[in-house]
Amino acid sequence: MEHQITQYCRIRNQQIHLNGKEIFHGEQTEFLDFIKAAYKEFTGDYPKFYKMDPLCKLSLVMGSLMLDNIGESLDSNTALLLSNKSSCIDIDREHQKNIDEDGIAGARPGNFVYTLPNIALGEISIKYSLRSENSFFIFDHFNPSFMIDYARIMIDLGKCTSVLGGWLEVNGNSYDGFMFLIEPKEGLALTEENLLNLYD
Amino acid sequence: MNNSQRHISVFTGGGECFTPMGISLSENVEGIKKGESGIHLHSDSNLAETEFQGAIIYKTVLDKEFSQIAYQGEFTTLEKMLLVTIHRLLPTFQTKLNKRCGLILSTTKGNIESLENDSSVSYYLQDLAQKIAATIGIQSPPIVLSNACVSGIMAISVAKRLIQAGTYDHFLVIGGDLFSRFVFSGFQAFQAVSSQPCKPYDKNRDGITLGEAAAVMFISKEQKNFAHPYEIVGDGSVNDANHISGPSRTGEGLYQSIQSALIEANIDASLIDCISSHGTATMYNDEMEAQAFNRSNLQETPVTSLKPCFGHTLGAAGLLETVISLRFADENLVPPNFNFQEHGLTLPLNVNMHLLPKETNYILKTASGFGGSNTAVIFKKVK
Repeated sequence: MEHQITQYCRIRNQQIHLNGKEIFHGEQTEFLDFIKAAYKEFTGDYPKFYKMDPLCKLSLVMGSLMLDNIGESLDSNTALLLSNKSSCIDIDREHQKNIDEDGIAGARPGNFVYTLPNIALGEISIKYSLRSENSFFIFDHFNPSFMIDYARIMIDLGKCTSVLGGWLEVNGNSYDGFMFLIEPKEGLALTEENLLNLYD
Repeated sequence: MNNSQRHISVFTGGGECFTPMGISLSENVEGIKKGESGIHLHSDSNLAETEFQGAIIYKTVLDKEFSQIAYQGEFTTLEKMLLVTIHRLLPTFQTKLNKRCGLILSTTKGNIESLENDSSVSYYLQDLAQKIAATIGIQSPPIVLSNACVSGIMAISVAKRLIQAGTYDHFLVIGGDLFSRFVFSGFQAFQAVSSQPCKPYDKNRDGITLGEAAAVMFISKEQKNFAHPYEIVGDGSVNDANHISGPSRTGEGLYQSIQSALIEANIDASLIDCISSHGTATMYNDEMEAQAFNRSNLQETPVTSLKPCFGHTLGAAGLLETVISLRFADENLVPPNFNFQEHGLTLPLNVNMHLLPKETNYILKTASGFGGSNTAVIFKKVK
């Protein structure tokens, strides 16, 4: 069976679309208020959310929307392939501010652990017990050709059977989230053009 | 898998590095043979309020090296480290800088000093990669991998896979991170920093020593590019799915990464001649590695952590340690794991205390890091 795009999710401009349908339109203009409202609406019951940095909050809400939607048929060999531009800039700024103000004593373990973008993968892995291939890349823009190349070669080498790909950009109140699932099932053809259309 | 992918073999050979121990790979290897370490006691109020152990590059040495290569413009410390290191490897790949040659940068924090007041440096890791690419004349858009402490070794795996995907013929893999107040304060907050030079696998280990370094490797589908070629025969990067700041107690993700690499390499674990491990010298990391190596039937295989030489160099670590280990393997040697006196793990492990002469055909490199990440890559000497 050919691998195709079976699910996708988009978060931007205070809206969430799942598989093309608008499922949430928040009033909140601040990112953290918006993502908290989305968490309460769809995810809930995962209090660790409140400890997370903005990038992980976006990752967790989107990942949950996608993977809860699959439910029982979630493939345990789903690789995570995520990317963004700004790494984990918000929590980095916060950690820097803490140590600028109070020196080493200002550093908080609960912040520091989030100063790596790949924690956004780890949080999804933990919530869904996904012991699978995972990697976090940094690009200027969403890069569909890279995503397809890397997803395909992982599948061809037998490293995974499905891939959850994504672009998770958060920088203050500017945010742009896109996730897509590639499975050996009927869906949309896995092409750059299709990914770009879903992203736009 | 279709046949074309099955038949793309990917090779590497000598890399280069710049560390507090030496300005070149040769200098670093000679230093290790003499029992030297780049870790020293430092007192620097820009980095910490009290004295600390760390592996820190002497900026005068770096500037002197950098002044000898004619790159025009303003460069940060990290950029200079990377450029000096790349320049040293230039003869290996100079004629390959076409559109089919990729660049992958492995780093956790890049130019992290950009967040300090009055800095005009860019925070964005792609900006750093693009600056390096433009300076050395790479023609393809650079790829940045930022996957915590496994980034350096994972970058090798990514490059190998993208060559197998047919997208590239060659890759320049570069890795670097600085010893920064940002990271040092964080690890101190975790109480994960040792007051002594780190002691991986030892009974009295009590945490990490941080370091800074740059490392570079060229990877190609053409074996003839290398005087001492190694084939990258298997790799895997499996998440623990357990905890974001602590490793799995059972070493599950590392174990599965090693199995993934062994299966792809189509070899039994008994063929592995030596392991260049992660060995950070935290209680949990070293114990977790012992679990994973025992589960993989690698407890008899000589294991070396190079952290006592270089400290933990974050995004450079996996790449730096690979470059060093392969150079030792060229000479059929396994480098020593310094500062190891008394076995401090619940399971057996063959920690290699001295420079060991051994015919080395298969080398396993592993790393583990925050976010539950693990990577294993197997290199096979080409004869």
